[in-house]
Amino acid sequence: MTRIDASSSHLSYLDSLAYRDSPIHRLDPRVKLITTLLFIVCVVSFAKYEVSALLPFAIYPLILLALARLPPGYILRHLLLAVPFALCIGLFNPLFDRATLLHVGSIGISGGWISFASIMLRFALTVSAALILVASTGFDSLCLALARLGVPRPFVVQLLLLYRYLFVLVDEAMRLSRARAQRSFGRRGMELSVVASLLAQLLLRTLDRAQRIYLAMQCRGFDGEVRLLRPLRIGGRDVAFLTGWTAVLLGLRFLDPAPALGHAFGELLPW
Amino acid sequence: MHMADALISPLVGGVMWAASAGITVYSASKLKAGGDDRIVPLMGVLGAFIFAAQMINFSIPGTGSSGHLGGGMLLSILLGPYAAFLTLASVLTVQALFFADGGLLALGCNIFNLAFFPCFIAYPLIYRPIAGTQAAGKRVVAASLVAAIVGLQLGAASVVLQTWFSGISDLPFATFLLLMLPIHLAIGIVEGLLTAAVVSFVGRARPEVLAVAASGRQRPPHGGGRLLAGLLLLTALTGGLLSWFASPQHDGLEWAIFHSTGKEALPTPVSEAHSLAAALQERTALLPDYGFRQAAESGDATAAGEVAGTVGEIEKAWPDVNAGTSFSGLIGATISLLLAGLLGFVLLRLRQRP
Repeated sequence: MTRIDASSSHLSYLDSLAYRDSPIHRLDPRVKLITTLLFIVCVVSFAKYEVSALLPFAIYPLILLALARLPPGYILRHLLLAVPFALCIGLFNPLFDRATLLHVGSIGISGGWISFASIMLRFALTVSAALILVASTGFDSLCLALARLGVPRPFVVQLLLLYRYLFVLVDEAMRLSRARAQRSFGRRGMELSVVASLLAQLLLRTLDRAQRIYLAMQCRGFDGEVRLLRPLRIGGRDVAFLTGWTAVLLGLRFLDPAPALGHAFGELLPW
Repeated sequence: MHMADALISPLVGGVMWAASAGITVYSASKLKAGGDDRIVPLMGVLGAFIFAAQMINFSIPGTGSSGHLGGGMLLSILLGPYAAFLTLASVLTVQALFFADGGLLALGCNIFNLAFFPCFIAYPLIYRPIAGTQAAGKRVVAASLVAAIVGLQLGAASVVLQTWFSGISDLPFATFLLLMLPIHLAIGIVEGLLTAAVVSFVGRARPEVLAVAASGRQRPPHGGGRLLAGLLLLTALTGGLLSWFASPQHDGLEWAIFHSTGKEALPTPVSEAHSLAAALQERTALLPDYGFRQAAESGDATAAGEVAGTVGEIEKAWPDVNAGTSFSGLIGATISLLLAGLLGFVLLRLRQRP
């Protein structure tokens, strides 16, 4: 499967996940958005050598994953696909920071490896939280939440229109790129000049499409304003979800239960 | 290259969010004032176009690798700076949400790096003066090339600054800069050539499209816009500087918080018996000095050790690792992770049963 096919199937699959039904799917999108942002800020606010206090935060994505009945394998695979940038930059830490910070038995572990582990943990936590948000909410609801939270209307409309035509244009690009691939042997036909005219063709078709859409919108009385009519209501479940997770996340952030748990576990062991 | 959540501190993320949100509100109001509603579907579809175009790869001669269009400069040329900025911001938002390119907290950084520089710096200050109103020809090629290169260089330098101010990566500033700039020079050249080729093609096939864009449906920012740009840059820089002071010498930030809230700073608690409320208030500082405070609490700064590198120098006082506490911390954390996993597993099973 080529890259473009893979991206396209990923998009539509992630989109389809949002149409499932679960207690998490039914929550108000604003509540989920705010909780996710709080989670990310909590995770990112730790000092660079923090590892042990970060691990308990996995409770949030894990529980949401289970409650929303999302496929864990899919989220995991996606994490791996997105990893390169954080991994590349993170791998420099062990190179530059060689001071030994921790001894496990006789093996010294340098600060660089600890901060590298911390970066990878942060990455896994923040990315999975964001993916779960999209997979359990859906893009349209998310845009609605943004509008209600005060994001400028032209930007929300832009997001909605972009999303609406994303699938159409990705399909169109896929057809173009497949047609080119079938006429190219090896790397021939993949040159910059060929791609430039391909892109320009796509662009011209896109501009024509925009014109048709605009005329269609005019016919239906478009006056520059897109009205969002779906009502959003915050009920008891939403309040419970928000307050509950806020308490848990702030507790994990500021109280750091891990050492106490470790001590308790240590006392249970015979040594 | 997208900035990731894992590499930035909340302060840097927050400042860049504020800057990008400010430019978004400004661009949206400019667009509304423009009063041309044809632009609404055009922006939406062109955003989708950029997305689709980024999926079409081409081979880069002589390297064996492949590249794709970024699109910042192309959008600026087609739409003008304000609409292009909003469109690029929406593309980056969808990428952050669906492809985990960057992250939600890093979204502000990414919008600033990849949309602000091409739309509000490279396009009005470089592309417009060189290309004028021409739709094709040598001037367009030269203008696209220079503007794309400058835009990407600024973006890359900004990534380096943000990473450095965040202090999560140990990459020394100069090394990282020397790594990023040449890579983005190559990317910029390819981006510029591709932009020029597409613009020239469209300019020959449908000159009216570009003529509409160039005739100033939205003009590039004049005095007011530049003033705003300057102010935003200043905000970003001061925010960055503040975080730089904040991370190594924690009193820099504490000082700022003290002066802005007017609250008396609490004496650092020595025992663990201090009340929860005091702890919460103390720690509403949220920010990177958490590790430092730990050091003060455990009264063990001997492990601070030598940290190599220029960035490391600043952070000498940071690493607090008392082997004992951190080991039990690690065990505790692993247990809680296992517990969380177990809980999730049980929940999953329970839900699947009915």
